[in-house]
Amino acid sequence: MATVEVTFTPLPVHVRTARLVATAVARRSGVAESLLDEVRLAVGEACSRAVEAHLRHCPGQPIRVELTDDGEQFEVVVTDAVPETADGPAAADGNGAGSQGSSRGHGGSFAVLDGEVPLRLPDGVGLAVIAGLADDVRIASAGAGTSVTMSWKRRAG
Amino acid sequence: MDLKLAHSNKDGIEIVDVEGEIDVYTAPRLRELLIELVNKKNYQLVVNMEKVEFLDSTGLGVLVGGLKRVRAHDGSLDLVCTQERILKIFRITGLTKVFGIHESVDQAIAARKAEK
Repeated sequence: MATVEVTFTPLPVHVRTARLVATAVARRSGVAESLLDEVRLAVGEACSRAVEAHLRHCPGQPIRVELTDDGEQFEVVVTDAVPETADGPAAADGNGAGSQGSSRGHGGSFAVLDGEVPLRLPDGVGLAVIAGLADDVRIASAGAGTSVTMSWKRRAG
Repeated sequence: MDLKLAHSNKDGIEIVDVEGEIDVYTAPRLRELLIELVNKKNYQLVVNMEKVEFLDSTGLGVLVGGLKRVRAHDGSLDLVCTQERILKIFRITGLTKVFGIHESVDQAIAARKAEK
């Protein structure tokens, strides 16, 4: 069972809340102060990615964030409910960002503004940022959607 | 903290002062401002990020979008940022090679004028 579990409707405004909760729980769990900004940014990236996918494919479904501080690791799992076939092949995630398995439903995520300028960078950039921030990152199928698992070391004691 | 945006002209260069958090919720406002400035033919931009408390890849996307727009008019978009926690995301994504990143607005303006 997660230490803290949060579910939120897939709206951009709630990503900030998820970041704040993750940072607070990380601090309480003994993650070093110097790593808290990394937790905040990585969780924000994972939640933003999930929100964008949900808004396109399943806006009525909640996004789940589980924070666990068992053992030596502080672990955050962000789980979406976007079906595997929602966007076709997950091409944009082939970025070496530590992904394992499918990144279902996020592959074609490259919103284009008036045919010229991207509104968001490709999904792979967000994953690359997460991979650059967390000690370990795993991406896996989870039920109907995808989970992004990030972990950081806790201080001894 | 919410996002605060202001802009002013200095030596023919439009300075955009950004304060607060640039994320998936607030980034569209910055994008709209950059588009508005470019539409008003401001092609030399400096985005001052010294008071930015948070920046994610959505914010990076908006800055890259702004850069693409001004470059289409042979313009420039430079950044002012000295905060390590903000600079880190530019380093992770390799965007330090794409943007001119300066320590002060004056330095950014001087660098831009030196390139002319």
